[in-house]
Amino acid sequence: MSAPVGHYQYDRIDRDFLQARIAEFERQVNRRLDGTLSEDEFKPLRLMNGLYLQLHAYMLRVAIPYGILDSRQLRKLGEIARRYDRDYGHFTTRQNIQFNWIRLEDTPAILRELAEVDMHAIQTSGNCIRNVTADEYAGAAADELVDPRVHAEILRQWSTLHPEFTFLPRKFKIAISGSPNDRVAARFHDIGILARPGEDGAPVFRIFVGGGLGRTPVIGQELFDSVREEHLLATLEAILRVYNAHGRRDNIYKARIKILVQAIGVEAYREAVEAELSQMDLERYRLTPEAVAAIRSRFAVPQLEAPADADAVLAQQRRDDPLFDRWVRSNTHVHRDPGHIIATISLKPAGGIPGDATSAQIARLADLADAYSFGEIRITHLQNVVLGHVRKDRLRDLWLGLAEVGLAEANIGLIGDIVACPGLDYCALANARSIPIAQKLGARFADTALQAEIGALRINISGCINACGHHHAGHIGLLGVDKRGEEFFQLTVGGRAENGAAIGTILGAALPEDETVDAIARLVDCYLGRRESGETFLDTLTRLGHEPFREAAYEAV
Amino acid sequence: MKLFELGERTAQVHDVLVTVAELAERDDARAVLLESADDPTLLKPYLNRLELVVLRFPIFRDGRGFTQARELQEYLRFSGEIRAEGHILPDQAAFLRRCGVDSVVLPKDGNGDPALWEKQLRQFPVAYQRSVLPERSVGPGLRVEEAS
Ligand code: HEM
Ligand code: SF4
Repeated sequence: MSAPVGHYQYDRIDRDFLQARIAEFERQVNRRLDGTLSEDEFKPLRLMNGLYLQLHAYMLRVAIPYGILDSRQLRKLGEIARRYDRDYGHFTTRQNIQFNWIRLEDTPAILRELAEVDMHAIQTSGNCIRNVTADEYAGAAADELVDPRVHAEILRQWSTLHPEFTFLPRKFKIAISGSPNDRVAARFHDIGILARPGEDGAPVFRIFVGGGLGRTPVIGQELFDSVREEHLLATLEAILRVYNAHGRRDNIYKARIKILVQAIGVEAYREAVEAELSQMDLERYRLTPEAVAAIRSRFAVPQLEAPADADAVLAQQRRDDPLFDRWVRSNTHVHRDPGHIIATISLKPAGGIPGDATSAQIARLADLADAYSFGEIRITHLQNVVLGHVRKDRLRDLWLGLAEVGLAEANIGLIGDIVACPGLDYCALANARSIPIAQKLGARFADTALQAEIGALRINISGCINACGHHHAGHIGLLGVDKRGEEFFQLTVGGRAENGAAIGTILGAALPEDETVDAIARLVDCYLGRRESGETFLDTLTRLGHEPFREAAYEAV
Repeated sequence: MKLFELGERTAQVHDVLVTVAELAERDDARAVLLESADDPTLLKPYLNRLELVVLRFPIFRDGRGFTQARELQEYLRFSGEIRAEGHILPDQAAFLRRCGVDSVVLPKDGNGDPALWEKQLRQFPVAYQRSVLPERSVGPGLRVEEAS
C-alpha cells in the first residue's frame, strides 16, 4: 500500500505495539471482572485507553493524531459507528472522535478493528499527555511557515506510554501550529507550540505554558521564544518534570499546570525548567535531524497538479451560481498552490447537533476525500471537517456531492458554526443541556444569507463550569448554570482563541433557557445596527464596550 | 515483605530504614525512605554511604516517584538500589524500570502476583522515547529497544 498523504505511515513494529496495548487492556478488563483490580485502580487504566463512563453508557474516544485521517480510517470509523454505536460518531474540539453508546465488553473488539487501520484510543483521556492537536490547514495553507505535522507526530510518539509522565497531577494537552495565524488555540493549552523557520533550515519553536479553560480560564504565557529543534524534546521533558514534581495533587481543580505557573510565576517556572536542563544529559534527549528526517519520510506528499485555467473555471462558476459562491466565501481557505483550495465541510447543519456525523455521512466523506483530496481528511478543533487539497476547477463538483448528504452548509466561522459540549444529554457533570440550545440557535440563524451578513461570529456553549465547549473563548459564550433545578445560561462576550487570545467577560445575570436565544438575537441586532463598515462583531464590541450590548441583551427581561 | 526485581540488580534487604530527616543522626543507616513529596536532592550529602533508596507511592496515581527515580539516576548519579513500595500496580512495571527503579515491594493483594509483574515488564517490545536504560534505535525515528 502506498503511504497515506498527511499522516505518519505505520510499519510492522508500530502495529505490534498497538496489538500489545490491546492485549494489555484485555487483561486489565479481565482483572477488573475477577476483582483483582478495584474500580478505583481500573478507572485510570481504562481512561488511558479512551474509555469513559458517561451518564447512560460507556463512551470511547478514539485518537485522531493532529486531526488527520485517511479515507480507509474514516470508513472504519463509520463502520464502528454502525456496528457498535447508534449509527453516528461525534467529532470533538480536540480533533478526536467519540462513540457515545459503547458496551464495555465490545471495547477490545473495537480496539482491534481500529488497529487494523493503524488507529487507537491511547491517551485520549486520563492524567497523561493527551492526543496532540495541530493546525487543521497544516501543509496546505498559504499562510503557513512550517508544516507542524512531522513535529506533531514526533510529539505523539514521544508522549506515547511515557514512563515518567503517565501519572501526572492532571491531564496535559499540547497543540502545535506553524502559521502566524493561530488556528490551534495555542494559548489555551497546557503547552502551546508555534513553529517558524530557523536560520539553519530547521524550525525553531516558541513555547507557551500554562494556558487552559475549565473553571479557571488562563491565557498561556511565553516560556521560551526560540527553542531549537534538537532541544525540543529535552525542553518538553524539563517542563513536564517540573510539573510532575510540583503540580498540586491535593485538589483536582487546582492540579493543572496553569495553577502551578500562576502560583510561582512564569519567571520562576522558567528558572526551574532551566535548572532541569542544566542537569540533564542533553545528548540523550537530543532530537536529531536524522530522526526528524526518518519520520518525515513516512509522510506521503500530495502531487499538486492543476490545469492552468483551474482558477478561472472556479471564478466563472462562482459568478454563475450565487449559492455556490456563498459557500466558497465562508467555507474555503487559500491554499499554498494557486490551482488548489482548502475546503471546510460544516458539521453544523441548522438545527443539528454540532460535530455529529452519521455513518452514511462518514462513508460519503471518505469517498469524497478519495475523489477530491488524495484520500486525506482533517478534523478541526471547531468540530468540522477539512479536505485540504481540492483542485479549484473541481470544487463545485465536491460541493454538489456534499449537498447530496446534507453537508453543504455555508457557515464556517459564522454564527451557525457553533461549538457545544455534550451537556446534560450525556454528561453527568452538566447543569444544562448544551445541545438543544445549540440547535435552537442554529435554527434561529438558519438563513445562510443572514449569517453571511452578520459575518465572523463564534458561539461556544458549555453545560457547566468545566468549559468543554470553550465558552470562555467564544466571541459569545454560553455557560449552563443550575438555579434551583432550572436551566439558566450565563452570557460572556469578547472571548477569542485566535491571535490576541482573550477570555470573555460576563455580560450580566444568567438568563432562563427559554429567553437565551432571544437575548442573543438582540445582541446580534445591536451589533448590526451599530457597526461601522467592515467591522466584525468583535470590532464593534471593542469600539463600543459592553454597555450597549448588555442593555440590548437584557432590555426585555 | 516480598521483593520483585525489575532488572538484573539483586535486591538487598536492609534492617534499618530511616526517613530523610533521620539520616543526619544515623551514621549507620544505609537505606532511606523517600516520601513522594520529598526532594531527592536532600539526599546529596549522604549518597556515598546510601545503598538503597525506597520511594513510597501513597497511591498508584501519584506519579512523583517516577520523577524522583530519574532525578536520583540522572542528576545525582546515585548508583545504589532504587525500590518502589506502597500502592503500585503491575501495570507500572516497565515505567518503573525505565525510570531507574530496580525492585518493588510486591503489593499484598491480587496485584502482587509476580507472574503479572513479569508479564508487564515484557509487554512492549519497543518504546518511543529514551529512558535511563541503555537502549538502541529501532528506527525510523524515536523508537528504541533495550540494549542487553
Ligand atoms: C460527557 C463527557 C465529558 C465529561 C464528563 C467531561 C469532563 C470534563 C472536565 C471535568 C473538564 C475539566 C478538566 C479540568 O479543567 O482540569 C473537561 C475539560 C475539557 N473538555 Fe470535557 N468532558 C466531556 C466531554 C467532552 C467533549 C465531548 C469534548 C469535546 C467536544 C470535551 C472537551 C474538553 C476540553 C477541550 C476541555 C478542556 C478545557 C481545558 O483544557 O482547560 N469534553 N471536561
Ligand atoms: S462542560 Fe460540563 S456539561 Fe459540558 S461536557 Fe464538560 S463537564 Fe459535561
